[in-house]
Formats: sequence, structure tokens, C-alpha cells
Amino acid sequence: MKAIINRRDFLKAGAVTAVGAAVLPHVLSGCTTGPAKIGGNMTIHDYLEHFGVTEQMIQQIIAEGLSKGGDYCDLFFQHSIGNYIGLEDNAVNRAYSDISFGVGIRVLKGDQTGYSFSEEVSLNAMKSAARTAANIANSSATVEPVAFESPKLPSYYMIKTPWEEISINEKIPYLQQVNDKVFAMDSRVIKSNVWFNDETSYVLFANSEGLMTCDYQPMAQLSVSVTAEQNGQKEQNYFDYSGRRGIEFFTPEAINTLATEAVKRTVSLFDAVKPKAGELPVVLAAGSSGILLHEAIGHGMEADFNRKETSIFSDKIGKKVANDFVTIVDDGTNPNIRGSINVDDEGNNTEKTYLVAGGTMESYLHDRISAQHYGVKPTGNGRRESFRHMPMPRMRNTYMENGPHKKDEIIESVKYGVYAESFSNGQVMIGAGDFTFYVKSGYLIEDGKLTRPIKDINIIGNGPKVLADIEMVADDLKMAEGGWTCGKNGQGVPVSQGLPTVKVSKITVGGVNA
Amino acid sequence: MNNKERKELAMWAVEFAKQKGASEVAASINNSRSVEIEVREQKIEKIKESTTNGLSLNIYRDHKYSGHSTNNLNKKDLEKFITEAVEATKYLTADEFRELPDPSLYPADLNRDLKIEDKSYNSVAPEQRVQIAKEIEQVARSKSDKIISATGGFSDDYSESVLVHSNGLIAERASTSFWAGGEVTVRDGDARPEGYHWGGSRHFKTMPTPEELGSKAAENAIRKMGQTKIASGKYDMLIENRTAGRLLYMFVRPMSARALQQKSSYLDGMLGQEIASPVLTVIDDPLMEGGFASRLYDGQGIAARQRTMIEKGVLKEYYVDNYYGKKLGMTPNGGSTSNIRFDLGTRGFDAIVKDINKGIFVTSFNGGNSNSTTGDFSFGVSGFLVEGGKIIKPVNEMNISGNAKEFWKQLAELGNDPYQYSSILSPTLVFKDIDFSGL
Repeated sequence: MKAIINRRDFLKAGAVTAVGAAVLPHVLSGCTTGPAKIGGNMTIHDYLEHFGVTEQMIQQIIAEGLSKGGDYCDLFFQHSIGNYIGLEDNAVNRAYSDISFGVGIRVLKGDQTGYSFSEEVSLNAMKSAARTAANIANSSATVEPVAFESPKLPSYYMIKTPWEEISINEKIPYLQQVNDKVFAMDSRVIKSNVWFNDETSYVLFANSEGLMTCDYQPMAQLSVSVTAEQNGQKEQNYFDYSGRRGIEFFTPEAINTLATEAVKRTVSLFDAVKPKAGELPVVLAAGSSGILLHEAIGHGMEADFNRKETSIFSDKIGKKVANDFVTIVDDGTNPNIRGSINVDDEGNNTEKTYLVAGGTMESYLHDRISAQHYGVKPTGNGRRESFRHMPMPRMRNTYMENGPHKKDEIIESVKYGVYAESFSNGQVMIGAGDFTFYVKSGYLIEDGKLTRPIKDINIIGNGPKVLADIEMVADDLKMAEGGWTCGKNGQGVPVSQGLPTVKVSKITVGGVNA
Repeated sequence: MNNKERKELAMWAVEFAKQKGASEVAASINNSRSVEIEVREQKIEKIKESTTNGLSLNIYRDHKYSGHSTNNLNKKDLEKFITEAVEATKYLTADEFRELPDPSLYPADLNRDLKIEDKSYNSVAPEQRVQIAKEIEQVARSKSDKIISATGGFSDDYSESVLVHSNGLIAERASTSFWAGGEVTVRDGDARPEGYHWGGSRHFKTMPTPEELGSKAAENAIRKMGQTKIASGKYDMLIENRTAGRLLYMFVRPMSARALQQKSSYLDGMLGQEIASPVLTVIDDPLMEGGFASRLYDGQGIAARQRTMIEKGVLKEYYVDNYYGKKLGMTPNGGSTSNIRFDLGTRGFDAIVKDINKGIFVTSFNGGNSNSTTGDFSFGVSGFLVEGGKIIKPVNEMNISGNAKEFWKQLAELGNDPYQYSSILSPTLVFKDIDFSGL
């Protein structure tokens, strides 16, 4: 059944990417054409072979796509392999894998989109999908085949060993080590769940302008959820590491931090209180608090909304929206970070895009359609969940650059307020600008000091108001460690976010009324 | 491939996995065709048509368990896929509770017609879909000159699936669904509040009209104009029927056998006890005709039956799936929700609101979450201030917070107006003295 479409955009933590994860002891190709080669050193030629297609076939499909008079056609071949292993009740007793293979075909006529996909890469199946997409236009045309060129791409996520070469029995000890540490740390721990998932995606892109690109996209995530009990009271919390990483990232230190943080964040909840309801100063801890930017400004700066004038930021470019020390970027180039991409899903170069520079609104986040609409260069934000979906402007890694203040002076400046540290999810209404994020743990600030822990409160604010209310920014920028997935129009893509310690003078905090 | 061929392929996959060393196997094969259309300024903005296939396998190898899925149904490729899947399973830890459901739990009657398949699906023409979307946009746009953007949309799908278990289940089903709606943004000073309305049906001919969908989408945006944040405090809370279903999710996770077994349920040990106000009776009804979550069996092949989950505020059942049920020594009854119905009240919204002296009528949630272990929750909301029985003005940017244990006891009344376009058929709900955070 299809759920009622909810166009609100959200971000959530800890989501398993796509479907689960690979457990298989050997390379699992899932297609007869099979990867002759695997990993990050493949050439365009290797990718063509991987998908069992030739340049001539691609030219024929493009011709079919443009046969009704479309302006532009692109093909997005994708083969992804996901693995997931889970530990529960002290045993690694479940594993899942998923293989997904196909090609998405898009035809544009002005800013109109026709889309179809095929899970078979035979010429006939692909031509049939191309004819369906072609129907967005309704005349007829014959196009000359273009010669393809493949620009050299950067490489932001080389890993040592492809995940397909790591067998299930090599991964199992990691889960057991996390579990052992969690139980050893605190006798109040009663349950621990650990997951290890990895995903590998091979992408080949070609368009009617003669651009052809390929990319190898690894992703990994190690997560632990802890339940503890004290005097009959139970509490649960969570911590995870995620990124475009290889197994070398999961060092003994990383395993140790993972377990330590998860337990610490759980047992602190035994003493947690709820703050007073209403508008309070909020200090956001460095790290995953970047969720503030994702919701308060990031979505509103995605140019598809602005093209339709449905965003609260629709007329704000070039305007002063925040203090001079506020600079906010969306960046696809951070090495091994979850939202990084070597090339976007429309073949455009990735970059570091300034949303706000020195307090002034600088640029929207563009895909091909919106860049054309505004007559600007694409910013490399055209992304999609898979070959089954059409691209649209999406964030990558969204963060604020360092400011002039110190963490300690920020906390000391607050008489009564909230220090928010870990989060589970957020959401925004693009037009009204109202955004929220859910605080799993943090502290009250009383008389300039962190005092009692807090838990389970929603924070709600308005994008432009909160930007203007950013009073202090520290010099301790940190990126989120965990696996964040952003949802928009039913498509999930991996993203990350970051923040230095930041003080917002007031936001509405969920709490209790005296 | 048709369902007969899918059934043969699934039976082959089960046999092949057993040959390779699996003790028990479940295989399902799905096929779904779908169309999505979005119209803006009377032009097609986006159209997407697709067919997707998938095979999922659950493998039990000497009580070791793994699950696998692929969209490549080529038999030669499947041989390799299944061989590797069975092989990988041996590295896992055996767990005595990992086995297929007992065949006595499988459905006895697979022929009952739940009226979830529109047999005339293929006769719906692409032009009809586009026309409906265009009409929705037109209706919406005509409602106000403050509208900046309006879109109309239409989507539908036709899904078929087969499920084969090696211990004696062979089942198949087919269903259709059609959805249409509109999304509208209005100018309101600096802000551009948005509203939407979608409605659907299992059958094309019983879909809501473009007039209804377009008007409501526009109204939902227009009524937000001038919204402001108001003072924090305790207010009575009315929740619009289409929005109220979201609150039910506060129950769903803690009611699952997994949450009980994993000690992450605030409802652990509460069976037979009062967990909500006596006005609340919640029925899980998978056998409803035409329901969006109607089914004869669930994803584990367990026969669906009507269950009273909460009766007059008392917790009567948990959602017990096969694995955690066995682990807890409880009889599996299906681990997931289906259609949710309520015992209805006697009055509609208009009558109920007259009795509210100081309240907030919540029409939309914005983010927030709930904690299944403790019952704590906090959600962003927007809606309207109600005073002296009248709707006074739109409010936004506020939170409600509390704990499910007390919250559900503050439920005072249910309306007689269940929402039709969801598998949660909630009426208007009224809660007393809820903590709102605003100014």
C-alpha cells in the first residue's frame, strides 16, 4: 500500500541505508554480467562491462528517449549491494542482504520531467522504458548520436578493501566486541543491540550532451542501542558511526568510543528532568546539532522549492539574514563523510556551496532543472535515492564554519536554558519555515553551568528567526559521527551535518508548565 | 511474469535453497506497477511510470536465520544468489526460536475477497489520471488570489505477490490503490504557509472528487494565514481526525513482542490493566473490506484476524510475531498493525468544539517523537486557538509534551467522524489539560 504522500521533509538518525546489509561470504554480483572488477579503481570501460552495455546501446536508448521531441535525456545505471548483520541477546543471530540492479531513464522538456526505469539492461527493455519517459514531449524528432566524454573525477572516499571482499565472519567479532564492552561498562545495562551494515553502489551515468561518468560509492555503519535499568526504571539510548568508510575505520578506539558513548548517554537519563515549557536560550553542542542547519535553512534553500516560490527563503538571496560570524555551507567534498559525493547523480561536479557567507544569503542548492531556471551553474546537489527515482536538489554535508567565541563562555552566558547534545529526528515545513528537532539527551543550563540531564523534548523554531537569533558561535566545529538519512518526497539519501557550539537566544522548547 | 509463474519460481527457490542446505525456507515474489503524476500550472511537471520486481528469501539453516532480497529474477543468477545466501547463514549463531511459523497459524481460507483489487486497473487511461490532477490544481487555485503555487497529483499502483513456505504455505494476493490530491502554498507576509490534502481508494471509481481534494488542499493552506505562537500553558487539545492517527504510533512499538522481549516497552506487564481512558477502544481489523491495510495473512504468513487491542482503556493484546512470540512463550498472532478502528463517540467536531472553553485544535504535527521504553513524548504542532467554544485564530510553532502513561488517560472524548483516507480510521480526539509550549 502506498502511504499518503507527505511532502514534509525530514531527517532521521540511525536509519539503515536502503535495505539491509550484506552477509555474504563471497563477492555477490547478482547479475550474470557480474563485476569483472570491483572497488574504486574501475574505469568507464569496466563500468560498461559491469552493466553489460556499450556506448552504442546507450546512444540508441538516448535516441529513443528523445524521439518525441524532448530536450534532454539521461541514463543512470546502478548496482547496489547491501549487507546487514545484527547482534541481539549476546548473539550474532541475524543477517540480511539486498541486491538492486537497474537503469533509470529521464527525459526533460523544459522543466517538465518524464521518468521510467528498467530492472533489465537488455536493449529492448531499456528502449521500452525510454519510450515511456519520452512521452513527456509530444512531437517527434531524430537525434544524431553524440560522442561521450568522461572528465576525471575527484576521489573523496577511497577505502582500503571493498566491502564485497569482507566476509561475514570477519565482521562478526566487531559486533561481539561492542556488546562485550557495553555490558562490561555498567552493571545496569540489561540489553544491547548492535548492527553492522555496509552498502556498495556502482553508478554509471550518461546523458544526451555526451557526458559519461562513473562512481564507486561505499557506505558503512556500526550502531549500538543500549537499555539499562535502575530501581525498576528503564532507559534506552543509542550511538552510531557512519560514513563512506572501509573496515579500517572501525579501530579498537572507535569500538571503545561507540560502546562508551552509548552507555553514557543511556545511564545519564536516569536522572533526567524536563525543562520549563516555553521560549528558552538553547546551546547546541558541537557535532550532530548541525540538524539545526539542515532543518532551519538547508531544505528551504533547495532550489526546487524556490523555483516554485514555495520556500520562506524564496526572496532572500543577497540579504543579510544572520550575524557576520555566521557562515553556513553544504559541502560534497569532505573526505569519507556520509553525505560526500565525487559527482552528483546528474553527472555534475560536486563542490562546497555557501548558503550563508558572513551573515548574507549566498546561494541555493541546485539540480539541473533549477540551475537552468535560474541561469546559474549546477551546484552538484542533484541527488536521488536510486535508479528508481528522479533526481532533485538535496543536501550533502551541511555545516557551520567556526566562529569567534569559546564553548565555555557560551555556556556561562546562559542563566536558564537547554544544552542539546544528541538527536533522533527533525522536520521542516518549507513555506512557513517552522522546523523541529527531537532532543534525545542534553543538559539544563542553570546559572552558566551544565546541571541536570534532560531527555525526550522537541524543539520548534522558525528558520529565518532562528538564523537571526544565532548569538554566539564557537571555534570547535565537529561533524556528526552517525548515520543520518534525509527524506524528501519519499526519497531517502545519506547526508551529514556539523556545527561548532552555537547559542540561539531563544527557541520554543517542549517541557512542562508549572 | 504472472502470479502462476511467480508461484512456480518461488517454489523452485524454496526447493533449491533446501538442496543447498537450508532446513526451512520462505520465499516471496512481488511485482508492482505504478504511475505518479504531478501537474503544475496545468502542465505535467513530472510523470513516472515503472514496474518493479523483487524476490525475498528467509533462510533457516539449523535454526540459524538470514534474509535476502534481489530484484534480479533471472534463474541462473538466482542459483548463485541462493547458494551464497544459504552458505552465509552458517556463520551465524543458532537460535532455537528461529523457525517458520507453525502451519496451524496459516490462513485456512485464502479465497475470501477483501475487495482490495480493482480488476479494471488496466482500463484507467493515462489521460484520465492527468485530467484529475489538472482539475485538482484548477479547483485549488480558484479558491484564493493569495495562492502562490498549487499542484495537483495522482498516483496509483497495482501489486501482486506470492508467498511460499517450505512447511506448507502457498498463498498469493493482488491489490490496487489510487491516490490523488493537491498541495497549495499561500503568501502571508514573509511566510508562505502550505497545505495539502490527499485522498484515495482501493478502487478507481470510489475515489474522492477533484472538487473535494482541491478545495480542501486550498482551505488547509488558507486557514493558516496569520498563524502565530501563543503563550505556553495547559490547554484542552482537540485533534483533527486526519492528524490524530499519528498518536497511535505511540502505542504500536511498545505493544510489540520485540519491545517486550528487549525490555524497551513501557507497556510491559500491563496486559489486563488500564492504560488509557475508558472511552478508548482500539480494534485492529485486517479483514475490513477495501481497507488500506486489509489482508488475509501478514508478511510471515500468519492468518489475519480481528483483534481488540485496547478495550475501554484496558490493554487486551500485544502484537506478537513468530520469532519474539516463541522467545517469550506467547502464541504468535501477527506482529504488525493493519487497519485500526475505534469505538466512536456520538458527536461530530462542530458539536464537540462548542464545549471547549480554552483549547487548541491541532490540525498538524511537525516532527517530534516518542520513547517506547519510558512513554515520554514531545511533538511540534500547529492548529487553532479555541476559546468559549469558538475557533479564534491560527497558531503554530508550538510543542506538546508529556508521558503516554498519563496522556492517554486524559482522553475525554472521541468524535463520530473516522478519517477515511488512511489505515488508521481515527475520529476527532479530545484530551484534557495538555502541556503546550509556546511563548
